[in-house]
Amino acid sequence: MAVTEEKPTRTRLISGPGMLLVWLYGVMVVGAVSRSAYQIATEFDRAPLAYSLSAVAGLVYGFITYTLVRGGEKARRAALVCCAAELAGVVVVGTWTLVEPSAFPDATVWSDYGMGYLFIPVLLPLSAMYWLRKARAR
Amino acid sequence: MLDALTLVTGVAALLLAAWCGWAAYRDQPTKDWHFIGMAVVTVLTLVQLVAGIVLLAQGEKPEQGTTIFVAYLLGAFACVPAAGFMSLAERSKWGSVTVAAGGVVLAVLEVRLYDIWGG
Repeated sequence: MAVTEEKPTRTRLISGPGMLLVWLYGVMVVGAVSRSAYQIATEFDRAPLAYSLSAVAGLVYGFITYTLVRGGEKARRAALVCCAAELAGVVVVGTWTLVEPSAFPDATVWSDYGMGYLFIPVLLPLSAMYWLRKARAR
Repeated sequence: MLDALTLVTGVAALLLAAWCGWAAYRDQPTKDWHFIGMAVVTVLTLVQLVAGIVLLAQGEKPEQGTTIFVAYLLGAFACVPAAGFMSLAERSKWGSVTVAAGGVVLAVLEVRLYDIWGG
């Protein structure tokens, strides 16, 4: 596969598989942000914890998308840290929703390890971290 | 009528995903024919968007709320074109994979739309 054709000053993070990651992260940004914005605006009192967590997830996704598009070594490191945080979030919230469902009257993006989103929330940080580590080696 | 449209759009989205997945499997970027396919799917989502708005204007109510319904209609409409532009920027098999992923996402949106409308 053709990974790099030109070599700009910043490490391009969106060439090859990176483009797919940007697309999936973009979808998750739209999904998480619009969902939490709607829920917080209309029925925040029903499940404040769940809706706030969805909003945080949306912000994290947004930041990762931005760093991927921007590229460069600093952005790559920031994205790695955020992906780790995202993975931790999915695992913690996923476990939390299973152990104590009563804390979550309504689902978050990360409930049950992101089952409602085809497990993309848990698969995405893993593949992104793999890709970001490989991007340094080039 | 909307349910039939949702079904057709969902199936078309899956076909597009399979087609672009096949291109990616053969290590090819998206070609003109793929973009025509994306245009067809996009036209379907546009028809769906218009049909949905007309139904709302006629006073019909989606089961899970008008705001969510319109948001999903707009999301479905934007989904494939966005993936298409990204595949223009990435002229490798990964561009094809991106459009294939876009097709799958659209199919999921169509399932959700079906639920939201209350079919």
